Amino acid sequence: MHELGVVFRIIDDLTELGKENELEKIHSVTLELGEVSGVVPSLLTDAWKWAADRTELMKGAELIIETLPAVTFCEDCKSEYETVAYGKICPKCGSNHTYLLKGNEFMIKEIAAT
Amino acid sequence: MDNVRVIEVKRSIFESNDQDAEKLRGELKDSKTFLLNLMSSPGSGKTTTLTRTIELLKDKYRIGVMEADIDSDVDAKTIAATGVKAIQLHTGGMCHLDADMTRQGVRELGVEDVDFAILENVGNLVCPAEFDTGSTKNAMILSVPEGHDKPLKYPLMFSICDVVLINKIDVMPYFDFDLEKCKENILFRNPNAKIIPICAKTGEGMQEWADWLSENIEEAIK
Repeated sequence: MHELGVVFRIIDDLTELGKENELEKIHSVTLELGEVSGVVPSLLTDAWKWAADRTELMKGAELIIETLPAVTFCEDCKSEYETVAYGKICPKCGSNHTYLLKGNEFMIKEIAAT
Repeated sequence: MDNVRVIEVKRSIFESNDQDAEKLRGELKDSKTFLLNLMSSPGSGKTTTLTRTIELLKDKYRIGVMEADIDSDVDAKTIAATGVKAIQLHTGGMCHLDADMTRQGVRELGVEDVDFAILENVGNLVCPAEFDTGSTKNAMILSVPEGHDKPLKYPLMFSICDVVLINKIDVMPYFDFDLEKCKENILFRNPNAKIIPICAKTGEGMQEWADWLSENIEEAIK
């Protein structure tokens, strides 16, 4: 829902990085996006195209999104399971004493630039 | 595309917001101000609840309110009528406030002479939950007409709140709202949540809410 706001944040971060590294052009940006990060990849890509084209540094840069699977851990039976398929209830023992191990990441992994 | 180099960044996109939030929390601690981030859907009775809350606490503490809205200043005017310091923050179309916007708001409001600052976040159960504003505590209002299944639909919002107010309990007989089921749904998402059923209009439950706030404000200003 707030993909555009998130894109502005990425652009701010990369503008700073561009200055630090004296970059002329960023050609591509690779993100790592957890399955349950709450960000919708297609909306993010659309927002990126619009916003990146308004900057010199990132104009036309490709946004590459790598999805990371979400995994939940059950404290009662000590098992791990897929969060997207089962949610908060452990499919093995039915417990709700579970917590997310990974899957809410939202990282800028790397950029290709000159 | 000669000399293209790959630069490893490995930077969390929410990281800078989290850092801003921690910084703001530190500044508020130094100025002995308790900042409450109040969230809800549109129409849950945030402004009415706030007005009643101010009436209950304004003789005891110095209060300041930041009203966040995409546009207009109708809410800030309502709050200013209670006699406390109030400012309007416009998010310029954004669906939530982040820590930096909150910090700017805190500066504009001026908290040196404020014990209890309230941030009325944008009416939305999705985005405000994802951005730490730097507040001391998070509260949300769920109103009876919205239904008791909301905690299941908006899990993140309910899991980050320290307190959940269930508002408009006076109309419960007219809606298919199961209070016990609602509490169960909230505690399922967040076992530590404090739940207070209220009616901002009749005043029911408002004293318990004011007591919870007083306890937290005392902690911040001592």
